[in-house]
Amino acid sequence: MVEWLAQLGRTGLRFFERLGRAHLLLLHILAGVHTVVPRFGLAIQQLYSVGVLSLIIIVVSGLFVGMVLGLQGYNTLVDFGAEESLGVVVALSLVRELGPVVTALLFAGRAGSALTAEIGLMKATEQLSAMEMMAVDPLRRVLAPRFLAGFLSMPLLAAIFSAVGVLGGFFVGVGLLGVDEGSYWSQMQDKVDLYDDIYNGVVKSVVFGFVATWIAVFEGYDAVPTAEGVSRATTRTVVHTALAVLGLDFVLTALMFGEQ
Amino acid sequence: MLHTRTVEIWVGVFVAAGLAALFMLAMQVSNLSSLSEDEGYLVTARFENINGLKVRAAVNMAGVRIGRVSAIDFDPETFEAVVNIRIDSRYDKIPVDSIAGVYTAGLLGEKYVGVKPGVEYDNLKNGDRLKGGQSAIVLEDLIGQFLFSKAADGGSQ
Repeated sequence: MVEWLAQLGRTGLRFFERLGRAHLLLLHILAGVHTVVPRFGLAIQQLYSVGVLSLIIIVVSGLFVGMVLGLQGYNTLVDFGAEESLGVVVALSLVRELGPVVTALLFAGRAGSALTAEIGLMKATEQLSAMEMMAVDPLRRVLAPRFLAGFLSMPLLAAIFSAVGVLGGFFVGVGLLGVDEGSYWSQMQDKVDLYDDIYNGVVKSVVFGFVATWIAVFEGYDAVPTAEGVSRATTRTVVHTALAVLGLDFVLTALMFGEQ
Repeated sequence: MLHTRTVEIWVGVFVAAGLAALFMLAMQVSNLSSLSEDEGYLVTARFENINGLKVRAAVNMAGVRIGRVSAIDFDPETFEAVVNIRIDSRYDKIPVDSIAGVYTAGLLGEKYVGVKPGVEYDNLKNGDRLKGGQSAIVLEDLIGQFLFSKAADGGSQ
């Protein structure tokens, strides 16, 4: 019984230690972010590997998610003779929820895991220690540009996802199923609000980008410097990001759309 | 790693695409994106009540779309809704005495303007006025009339 309690205590302490380390790391990175500005080339390199290389998966998923929404939405709405509202259904689902959330999940799988593996391997092969030996701060040289790049890419990727998805819904709804083109756009423009829907969606994607990149960078930096440790850290990045994004999504949705 | 210049170009493309996507999302909300349909001619129609008709709604004749609603105004002197309609230029043989009405597609569907052909030999041209016929049906009014007639029936027996 006592042994069991001690075990519980150890687990709790380890959890809070990790949480504390994660916040300290975040503070150090945020304090060092301004040093990226004069050497923006570093951030551009990372924007390429985090943002540009994620474009294909984001565009393709966005297109198919939009097409599926168009198909499913049409089948439901046509029973009520309301298939003209298809544009509203597709646009609101994408802009409010699916755009930020699915992009964040794909981002964790595509870019977050790569960030963790890269930083973890740098640690395992003692490249980070080598930098410290040369009086180069690895937090500013390695972590800050990656953090900045992830934080900047997420909202852009989410916007691309939503825009492509709306077009996908348009292809299926108007092109295949024969919804009136004018109704698709006019109902959408009538019901989707710039502040309530689009702005709040962008806020969500900014928050998710922050959290996803933070988790990825922390797991990499905190990884046990062995092959197994790096592989575990990569897994943790994807799992924790998915949980954090879905949990935060509920909180944000309740804050944004709950009071109506 | 790729050449720095290539990387920079790709990042530029990425950022531009992201901003363009945001711009497109924003434009969908405001009516600025209305796919310009400049060809065609403008006519107006007046209705007592257009209850829920929207700009860019379809204008149908015999169930075929011949144009779109381009603007909706309110005339403060006659208390009527003034609906501006742009009819595609290929449909230029519509009699001047055709009658327009506001109808609903299905029970809960979108409102549209239906045009019934008249008998005159002259055709509608830019700036003409369609005869406003049937206004939109307001469900509350219908229910009110129904209850009223029911009550009247009950009283006579």
